[in-house]
Amino acid sequence: MPFYVSSGALVQVSMKLEMKDSPGQLVSALQPISEVGGNIIAVIHQRDLSSREDTLGVQIVLEITESRLTELVSMIKARGVNILRIGKDRLLYKQTVIMIGHLMHTDLSDTVDRIDCTGFAEVTALDLAMPAINEPSSARLIIKSVSKQDMDSALDILREVAKTKKLLIIEPLEGELV
Amino acid sequence: MTIRVAVLGLGSVGKGVLEMIARKDLGIIVTGVADSKSGLIDPSGLEIGAVLSSKKTGLCGNPSISANDVVSRADYDILVEVTPTNAGNGEPALSYMKHAIERGKHIVTSNKGPISLHLKELKDLAGKKGVLVRYEATVGGAIPIMHTLGNGLAGNEFQALYGVLNGTCNYILTRMAAEGLTYDQALAEARELGYAEADPTYDVKGIDAAIKLVILANTIWDNGASLDRVDITGIDLLTTDALRLAEEKDCTIRLIAEAFPGRGVLRVSPRIIRKDHPLVFEGTLNAITLETDMAGEITLIGKGAGSVETASAIIGDILFISSHVRCN
Repeated sequence: MPFYVSSGALVQVSMKLEMKDSPGQLVSALQPISEVGGNIIAVIHQRDLSSREDTLGVQIVLEITESRLTELVSMIKARGVNILRIGKDRLLYKQTVIMIGHLMHTDLSDTVDRIDCTGFAEVTALDLAMPAINEPSSARLIIKSVSKQDMDSALDILREVAKTKKLLIIEPLEGELV
Repeated sequence: MTIRVAVLGLGSVGKGVLEMIARKDLGIIVTGVADSKSGLIDPSGLEIGAVLSSKKTGLCGNPSISANDVVSRADYDILVEVTPTNAGNGEPALSYMKHAIERGKHIVTSNKGPISLHLKELKDLAGKKGVLVRYEATVGGAIPIMHTLGNGLAGNEFQALYGVLNGTCNYILTRMAAEGLTYDQALAEARELGYAEADPTYDVKGIDAAIKLVILANTIWDNGASLDRVDITGIDLLTTDALRLAEEKDCTIRLIAEAFPGRGVLRVSPRIIRKDHPLVFEGTLNAITLETDMAGEITLIGKGAGSVETASAIIGDILFISSHVRCN
């Protein structure tokens, strides 16, 4: 894969694409990314993204020199692919987990920091329910990451933290995102 | 053809089996019964009504006849072993079964202890003696999971299985979510309704579900799964708030047993699960989802416990044996 380096800052971009659901379409849609020297970070199929049955919805995250972004967009469009959205919302994987235990006494902000400080995953929402003093509290965390591997690593960190802080973590079913 | 069975154990399951044999014309006669303190043997077939009424007032039979006597002396084709589960070493059921197999008798059991601990040993022994060991009733109550695995889905490869294998926990979680009950309140209610034992430890700590998971994993993959290798988390530390936080996101929490051999996952734990998922249902039902190469995904749902429901599984096994092998 040719790797094009030009002056200008590298940015991470996410795109929602919609294309015909036929063989070769996805490969064809992604090809321009390498042609402009971009790096694909994640490709996520999203069935619910496509508006019609015969189309395929795909989210991609890529890294690209900012100055070549316009060129890339026209190249993708030239291949008959519809770009629904472009954004800097690079954290596409979302996972909900619930924690139970003495969350405040075990420094909740530290627990959250352990995920945030990774750089590849963030706790983007936290809902906390605190009953009477000395009773275990419960929290719902929404964690976002760039890719599935990053999510797995983030959850590994959280499980390790939970073990040392004696917190119960409730995750979704194996292999499911909620 | 008449099938002769000896029934060990006259608790809820044993009584249910006897009642159904008496009520339905299935071609099954009972030539021996035993509870923990007495037994009866009659080669021409016991009068079941009399056995059940004498059990109501105490012992089912003669105190001088033991379960061992029934196993070793009675004339029967199939030993129906439905004594209480001993998850520690499977005894005394394990010895009864081995002895019966040595005598060339088939085994039908609801006993999770010996099956979770010694399935391979029992199957090997039975193979040598040319008899069958069937244990449909050990997992999922009335759900014909073993028949489905062994017959309906024969030839499939199984990538994963996951399910709700403990009705008590499912009931408690349902009530915590629906009514905002605390764990202790929901457990008390389950006890009052007879859904939870006086000592609910096995259920709420996830051990019962884990034992069933071990049985399923060994049946499907023959992979030497054992209870100490299951990663177990119970439901006893769950809070009403946790259920509410899940429900706010159109999800809930269920105790799910999961086996994904490819990922090294053998686990029982409370999981967040979408409310529209097939494994989310109310009350004491059980369900098992199988992921297969040919059939795709299949979910079986049904009553996971109960006297007659479990008898359904036992009788299914008895009739399977009688239709597949010649009982002498």
